[in-house]
Amino acid sequence: MRRYISAYFEDEENLLRAAKDLKNNNISIQDVLSPFPIHGLDPILGFKKSLIPTVGFISGAIGTIVAFGFQTWAFTVDYPLFIGGKPHFSIPSFIPITFELTVLFAAFGMVTAFLVRSKLGPGAKKTIHDERITDDHFVIIVDLEESGSQDGMVEEILLKEMAQEIQVKEIEL
Amino acid sequence: MDNNYTFTRKTQYWVMSIAGLGILLLIVGYFINSPSRQELWTNILINNLYFLFIALFGGVFQALHKIAYSGWHTALQRIPEALTSFLPIAAVLMFVLYFGMHDLYHWSHEGLHDPILEGKAAYLNIPFFFIRMTVYFLGWIGLTYLLRKNSLHQDAFADMKYYKRGKFLAAIFMVFFAISSSTMSWDWIMSIDAHWFSTLFGWFVFIGLFEIGIATIILMISFLKKKGYLEFINKEHIHDMGKYLFAFSIFWMYLWFSQYLLIWYSHIPEETAYFAPRLHDFTILFFTVLVLNFVIPFLGLMTRNSKRNLNWLTVMAIVVLCGQWLNIYMLVIPGTIGKTAQIGLVEIGFVCLYLGGFLYVVFSSLAKAPLLSKNDPLLEESFHYET
Repeated sequence: MRRYISAYFEDEENLLRAAKDLKNNNISIQDVLSPFPIHGLDPILGFKKSLIPTVGFISGAIGTIVAFGFQTWAFTVDYPLFIGGKPHFSIPSFIPITFELTVLFAAFGMVTAFLVRSKLGPGAKKTIHDERITDDHFVIIVDLEESGSQDGMVEEILLKEMAQEIQVKEIEL
Repeated sequence: MDNNYTFTRKTQYWVMSIAGLGILLLIVGYFINSPSRQELWTNILINNLYFLFIALFGGVFQALHKIAYSGWHTALQRIPEALTSFLPIAAVLMFVLYFGMHDLYHWSHEGLHDPILEGKAAYLNIPFFFIRMTVYFLGWIGLTYLLRKNSLHQDAFADMKYYKRGKFLAAIFMVFFAISSSTMSWDWIMSIDAHWFSTLFGWFVFIGLFEIGIATIILMISFLKKKGYLEFINKEHIHDMGKYLFAFSIFWMYLWFSQYLLIWYSHIPEETAYFAPRLHDFTILFFTVLVLNFVIPFLGLMTRNSKRNLNWLTVMAIVVLCGQWLNIYMLVIPGTIGKTAQIGLVEIGFVCLYLGGFLYVVFSSLAKAPLLSKNDPLLEESFHYET
């Protein structure tokens, strides 16, 4: 049996301050649940910089090459047509589609990488802690076993930052 | 460090020696290259425009951020204000073009019997040209002067009415600038190729103006920080300036390409006559402008960290400033001098001369007021800004 504290906040600023306080007191935060990404939370939780932008760049570059290469092949080798008297290999007319596919591949790449990494792809298990998190509440979950016997301190910090509700849950592993 | 910039003797000597170098290069270049009168006037026009654009951007920066309720820029406020101090001199320099009208603008000649120019004669005639020039400068100088005065009064008396008045002036400036920036680009640049027109032109020049201005402000921040001033400007502000440089270089490319693609695709001779000499007679320059203004800033400023590094931003800003000067060169040269144009001692000499003069005026103005507009209501937001 592990005991967890779930603290509900109504304002993300309060949650940010509580998280900072907890971190300053060396209390490890198990998880933070929120309806939207909270600006400034990543460094507090000690998250490493995400690699998704790199995935985006590489996917975009692939998109550029695919688009430009395919248009070149299609219009010079496979099905050359005279469109408006322009040359077969007409770079200016290739640019808009190249741009669009760059953006498309980058977007698809990033979304896929995100879903895979956060295990939210098809077949993801639905584990919603509390439905209010999808609406207007924010939650910090602290593992009480790991933080030693600091229950009192944890509750004090959480209440100081106006946690609306504190639940102590016992979960069987 | 105190927040008052002192225009030290050492800096003055540096600035004056840049101008002196310019004069020297001009004299040497005059004897070696024997530039024609048209070449001299074209150089004056290009540099007039370039430094006018920097000065104008001072006003645009202030006005844009005031009307958008932006808070982060208030720490930077004094730098754009100092840039606008060059406007009166830019005005005089533009009016001096009166003596070079025939060399620069084909439409200013009499008795051409050109049906296209006759059709545009109601707009393109010398009196109206200079009336418009007067209106532009009255508006720009007047409004930026009022904005500056308002800002200085706010330093003296912490009264909300200055904040409100600032927003009001900013709104008027933006409307006036939106119209005048388009018409000024038609008057001074587009009319060089008077048989041609492009509805995107006003925007294209404006975004170039924006890029030049942002790059200049970045360089000024870099300069002042190296001297120990502007301690209150942190990585967050620099990040935002980097974002501007990055975003507007993309926007500049977008407009450049939109203008080019449409003309290329429709292949109408009246329109393609504009790009034909640029693409064929000035090919290297044509593509250099693209590389300097888009490829390098786009790849160089893509990552978040690159935008937060002032040294790297300074390098990028210098690249953009060179690229934008060449852009104005490309806009002006083929229609005036044509194929024989080159970038030689005369061109570099003129740039140095103008640069020295410009820096002298701007640094003097920067020294006249504290670098921190201390009573601005949004100043605290600027200090705690996070991006």
